[in-house]
Amino acid sequence: MALEIRKPGLLTTIQDLGRPGYFHLGIPIGGAMDRLSLRAANRLVGNPEDAACLEAVFMGPELVVTEDTLLAVTGGEMPVKLDGAEVPTWTSFAAKKGQVLSFGYLTDGARIYIAVAGGIATEPMLGSRATYAIGALGGVDGRAVAAGDVLPVGDGAGTPGRTVPEALRRRPGRPAELRVLPGLYWHRITEASQKAFFDDEWSVAPEADRMGYRFRGGRPLEFVEREQPFGAGSDPSNIVDGCYPYGSIQVPGGTEPIVLHRDAVSGGGYFMIGAVISADMDLIGQLQPNVPVRFQRVDMDAALKARAERTAVLDEIRAATA
Amino acid sequence: MAKEIQCPLPGIFYRKPAPEEPPFVEDGGAVEAGAVIGLVEVMKSFHEVTAEEAGENIRFEVENEGQVTAGAVLARMD
Repeated sequence: MALEIRKPGLLTTIQDLGRPGYFHLGIPIGGAMDRLSLRAANRLVGNPEDAACLEAVFMGPELVVTEDTLLAVTGGEMPVKLDGAEVPTWTSFAAKKGQVLSFGYLTDGARIYIAVAGGIATEPMLGSRATYAIGALGGVDGRAVAAGDVLPVGDGAGTPGRTVPEALRRRPGRPAELRVLPGLYWHRITEASQKAFFDDEWSVAPEADRMGYRFRGGRPLEFVEREQPFGAGSDPSNIVDGCYPYGSIQVPGGTEPIVLHRDAVSGGGYFMIGAVISADMDLIGQLQPNVPVRFQRVDMDAALKARAERTAVLDEIRAATA
Repeated sequence: MAKEIQCPLPGIFYRKPAPEEPPFVEDGGAVEAGAVIGLVEVMKSFHEVTAEEAGENIRFEVENEGQVTAGAVLARMD
């Protein structure tokens, strides 16, 4: 069994739940931008939740299945077509040998996850099949899928018609709200800027990608004056190099916040306002360019509560797809 | 009946290959099937938008450097 890629779409990559444990060496966790959608897609086709799927951003690929199989598409909303006939999203469906999977225009969200029973069976690297193109790790020879690729698929079996209830599918609001926990360098900006960051409406910059999501439109930050310490760059947004957590928000030059995502760089010399909480990281993966976004300040208790709530949603999805 | 050219992906739409160059297609111009009518910038790269079929008297619905979504009508032609 294999998936033959006819058209790759814009940027379609093999992703799973990533390769934790190497960030101290500069190798990010990678994996699905929207982890919950990948888990759900896998459950729908009877796979382990961490099996490898295709992640397609903004545009779907076109592919052929080489044997009878079971597929499911989750994540953002994009019409799914099997030999041209539309099939439902977030629901497993059977595909016959030689049938063509294709997609219409994206209508909501940003990324879709295509799961196939048995999972994509390319060679894992450092414990994961996730594509980290900058490091040429995972995927197809370290890269995104291309026309003509034939992706091996493992053995699997599942049931068509399994579905994730509508209420459990998360959509970004307008504006999308991203909850932020202020961090170690919070004191570096003025009180007025601390307030403005959360008061202003931002929008997703077209540069946003798997490494970082850039935002623009809010007021530039004002920094508290200081003599820059030895080892820090001369711009007030510079610090002596530090570790960058996933979700951390750096603001080079004080103008455009960048939230580091799954393919994040692990450290550097930009100050960070704080971090987007883990519960909202999947949501970032579903943000299109130009959509409005607000940052909302939370404390650690609220962040942990939000994480518990997302875990409860995953448990509901598990129950619905059992 | 007017033919529509839809945008395949979200981003920023450009009618010119570079700021100092003329547009790919002038307003009211004709295009051949497969001709590039503009670029969409997203994720630090530029993607060509092509006309699937030939047409004439093209009318753009989106300005140069306008924000676009997937499926948006970029232009109509006869």
